[in-house]
Amino acid sequence: MRALISVQIREPYFTKVFKPVVFALALLPLALLGWGVWQDTLGANPIETVTRSLGEWTLRFLLLTLLLSPLRRATGWVQGIRLRRMLGLFAFFYGVLHLLSYLWLDQFFDWAEIWYDIVERPFITVGMLAFLLMTPLALTSFKAAIRKLGRNWQRLHTLIYPLTALGVLHFWWLADSKARTEVPLIYAVLLAILLGERLWRWFAPRFNKTPVTH
Amino acid sequence: MLIKRPFDLTDNAVTDYALYQRRRDFLKTLGGMALIGASGLPLSAAAKSTFSTDEEQTPFEDITTYNNFYEFGTDKSDPARYASMMKTSPWSVTVDGECAKPGKLNLEDILKPHSKEERIYRLRCVEGWSMVIPWLGFPLADLLKRFEPTSKAKYVSFETLFDPEQMPGQKRNVLDWPYAEGLRMDEAMHPLSFMATGLYGKDLLNQNGAPLRLVVPWKYGFKSIKSIVKISFVEEQPDTSWGRSAPGEYGFYSNVNPEVDHPRWSQRKERRIGEFRKRDTLMFNGYAEQVASLYSGMDLRKNY
Repeated sequence: MRALISVQIREPYFTKVFKPVVFALALLPLALLGWGVWQDTLGANPIETVTRSLGEWTLRFLLLTLLLSPLRRATGWVQGIRLRRMLGLFAFFYGVLHLLSYLWLDQFFDWAEIWYDIVERPFITVGMLAFLLMTPLALTSFKAAIRKLGRNWQRLHTLIYPLTALGVLHFWWLADSKARTEVPLIYAVLLAILLGERLWRWFAPRFNKTPVTH
Repeated sequence: MLIKRPFDLTDNAVTDYALYQRRRDFLKTLGGMALIGASGLPLSAAAKSTFSTDEEQTPFEDITTYNNFYEFGTDKSDPARYASMMKTSPWSVTVDGECAKPGKLNLEDILKPHSKEERIYRLRCVEGWSMVIPWLGFPLADLLKRFEPTSKAKYVSFETLFDPEQMPGQKRNVLDWPYAEGLRMDEAMHPLSFMATGLYGKDLLNQNGAPLRLVVPWKYGFKSIKSIVKISFVEEQPDTSWGRSAPGEYGFYSNVNPEVDHPRWSQRKERRIGEFRKRDTLMFNGYAEQVASLYSGMDLRKNY
């Protein structure tokens, strides 16, 4: 895909200003939740609100992470790629908090009950699986690991595709049957666009080998 | 003077309903006369009930802002935001089916013969949270008997108002509208089954199902249908909205049962709104002594 526009942020500002601002913005949801708990503005069931919100922010950061390379291809904004690790790690950060809120505030570390949940409830199973797949990606996100793993690092990190899909499925299966799938549907559509763009790039050259008649 | 009795009664300690009603009437008359005699004012305070729990009541704010009422949207905060679009006056209820006295009644005519009493009930939502709500209203049985159901009336079904202009959530196909619920006749006639018109001593707010709603405290909250416009006595077990939407998840009975999980989550525990730790869910929401006999011999795993 040809770049439509090509905006770049001048160098010292990208590293010194833009990136820190993105970092601070990424912490904002957590800060707002904390403020809400403290000020008691999260409604009648604040724990549910916190758990769900942390889960949704995990998905949002995963989708943002997946957005950066298509965004580069569409706009020529190459610097975005340099935010990818940070946003991916924020996805993991919110994922850890989401999991903790389930283990603590929902189950109070009742391991038998948690194990039962994982085994018996498909939406918990896929949620846990998504988290398990996210963990090695977070653990290999530093430079030495990237160097050491070489080509395998790329291969390993393609796990973001299935794990994000599992995360969306986790959200989808949580909803009451038909009634509340509207929000999960939005995530599913966004994911389908982001994955579809990649599939398109992968398939399109193969199709183009056969001559097209106009 | 009213003597407060412990809530957990054994089956045979529960006074026969008719007798109970007569005694209540007697006490009310007596109390009323005493009051009138003493002050010259009519009896105005709602009578207290031995069926009430003395657990801490959920704050009014929470009861009126955390609602499942999909007619106004699927978010818990939607009903409080949009329910004012519903017009509850004038209001009428159609009664039909297997009964001697069907008809369409104005709300005033529905309410007139009944004196209001308070029932402080636990409410357990199928989603795993619970509240304690001081309802105001009258026993469902008292209402149903007025229409003289025939021997063919094995079940009673209820319908909520259907009007997408007043209930914007109905513009979307999230459930089969109008919302429909039902009870077996003996469940409906049970003294715990209640028609609520208010809570915390005030008229119901729209988001809580004004002007008239069912309260069946031993069943998951969605059985307690709101803003009722139709009552039908029927011979066959009626369809319910949630039953049609997900038959494997929401059965006709939907009795609170910690032993039978929802397919997607455990029902063993619940979060009482306002509490941090979860508490154990009780069989029939703690009303087993009163209602377990309705289901003797039934497999509650099959009849979930």
